Amino acid sequence: MDLSKLKQIDEWLWTVPRVPGEARGEVKMYGSRALLETMDDKVIEQITNVARLPGLVGPAMTMPDAHWGYGFPIGGVAAFDPEQGGIISAGGVGFDISCGIRCLRTNLELAEVAGELPSLARELSEKIPAGVGEEGDIKLAPDALDDVLTGGAQWAVEQGYGSAADLEFIEEGGRVAGPVPQNVSPLAKKRQRGEMGTLGSGNHYLEVQVVDRIYDAAAAQAYGLREGQLLVSIHCGSRGLGHQIGTDYLVSLAKAASRLGIHLPDRELACAPINTPEGQQYIGAMNAAINCALANRQILTHLTRKCFTRLLPRATLETLFDVSHNTCKREQHVVKGTKRLLYVHRKGATRAFGPGHPALPERYRATGQPVVIGGSMGTGSWILAGTATSETQAFSSASHGAGRAMSRKQALKQWHGRQLVDELARQGILIRTRSMRGVAEEAPGAYKDVDAVAEATERAGLARRVAFLRPKVCVKG
Amino acid sequence: MAPIASAVPPAVAGEGPLMSALRSIAPSGEDYFEHDADIGVVGRGATLEESFESAAAATFGVMADLSAVRPQRSVTLDFEEADVEIALVRWLNLLLGLSHEDGLVFCRFWIERDGVHWRGGASGEPWRRDLERGVEVKGATLTMLQVKQERDGWQARCVVDV
Repeated sequence: MDLSKLKQIDEWLWTVPRVPGEARGEVKMYGSRALLETMDDKVIEQITNVARLPGLVGPAMTMPDAHWGYGFPIGGVAAFDPEQGGIISAGGVGFDISCGIRCLRTNLELAEVAGELPSLARELSEKIPAGVGEEGDIKLAPDALDDVLTGGAQWAVEQGYGSAADLEFIEEGGRVAGPVPQNVSPLAKKRQRGEMGTLGSGNHYLEVQVVDRIYDAAAAQAYGLREGQLLVSIHCGSRGLGHQIGTDYLVSLAKAASRLGIHLPDRELACAPINTPEGQQYIGAMNAAINCALANRQILTHLTRKCFTRLLPRATLETLFDVSHNTCKREQHVVKGTKRLLYVHRKGATRAFGPGHPALPERYRATGQPVVIGGSMGTGSWILAGTATSETQAFSSASHGAGRAMSRKQALKQWHGRQLVDELARQGILIRTRSMRGVAEEAPGAYKDVDAVAEATERAGLARRVAFLRPKVCVKG
Repeated sequence: MAPIASAVPPAVAGEGPLMSALRSIAPSGEDYFEHDADIGVVGRGATLEESFESAAAATFGVMADLSAVRPQRSVTLDFEEADVEIALVRWLNLLLGLSHEDGLVFCRFWIERDGVHWRGGASGEPWRRDLERGVEVKGATLTMLQVKQERDGWQARCVVDV
């Protein structure tokens, strides 16, 4: 990225200066100089375009892991007020609606089960459907799927996948309000028929991790973390249903925008005012997809538990937290001293409520929301805690992952999947996949430095570091 | 008119007028362009329709080695679209939707245009264990979307989300 286009506010915050007469909102870009230098100039173009959308409240922002996306950049955050003509954008949510991470804490220590990890890797790779073309055992007819879309993880628990104790530690108690299954196309429902309880492919994964280092002892205690403990992170979303909703509405909203009087700087920002039938129709469909994703991760949690207890009967896996990072959510925020109900787009960005937020479960209320910055097979992940400053700076938002630094095409030129798998095995990380090409595209070196992202996230005041997790087993889609 | 998509009974490549129209195109490195998180696909052809078919091959080539996919089952689709660029996105997304609906991977494609009416199809087979997997394409986007006529033919391109 050409940093001469930016103005540095402080070590961790930058802005894109407005030219005289330019009618757009403010832009804030979080991150260190080194992180921003790795970003494509397209990130500036995309977030500046977001700042031109109607009804924007506060700045359009990018998180430290931002990279070039479609519509919004990945790592983009923007809030809109429906009472001021604010919009909802399908390109601001993404195709993989409610993609997110379910993090489970186990009662196991790495030292005591290290010898079992190869068996566990085999069991997980055999029992967790992963990769393009892989279906799950649960086949739902479109009518039955409507119950998933309205019930979310609560539906899954009612079906016997996991326990009610999980629900307290999922955003919105495992079920977001306002789903409208009728707004989901028949093709979207058909695409989901065999995809409940599947991981998907690309950057999705199921990872067994060890708590390598605690950075905040009090927060770690609240989260039930200790060094040497095994955790599991499941990264996936709403699968085919969400993808089809994304494609359906990206086109229909792009067509609707001009009819609704919205001038789009780029039609990939396809959107509609929130308070229009078109906007409400997408919101109903998106909420249905969020529930689908929550149910999917709940089923995968159940399958993961079965794998663990089959090999390690004394294992327990409790839900630490489940957080989505491709959503638009209706939230109350204080803007210039006034409480306002806003629609906050987070595309490749995690919600990060600070201490005391009423939406947090009692156990975490004094600490702040667990935030997961997912890694890239070889480089580890971070657990952070939401901060009060994130509310004032970024509508309680933080980074969601390492963020790509290199295209898939470039990665394929640099790495071979088999060599990577062997190299990671030498480092004590077991990769299980059906796609060596996918492993090469997802090479750890194709991502930004996740440690730098976590540090920038903390230094910018978006969330504070609690623990660093090192991967031990990774099932890749 | 809403898009209509339907699966037709299994057929053998080369049988009947529909199958004879199917084009088998092996994607190459030239059929992709750079994008940070996702992948840009490029279709090229002597006609607009051929460029769409080529773009479809590039899209499915992200997911599998198409030379190993057998054209055993066919699907057809049709839709109405006046905007040729939006038509490319809808074409690709309908194919992706149909492939996921029936658990198929497609290797051959055909499309015809009559004004705003588009009619097309694809053939392929159900995913099987010995097919080398690539990365799942979630959908075609409006990003870097372009359909244009060049001196030596047509080019159709966009970024697909993976």
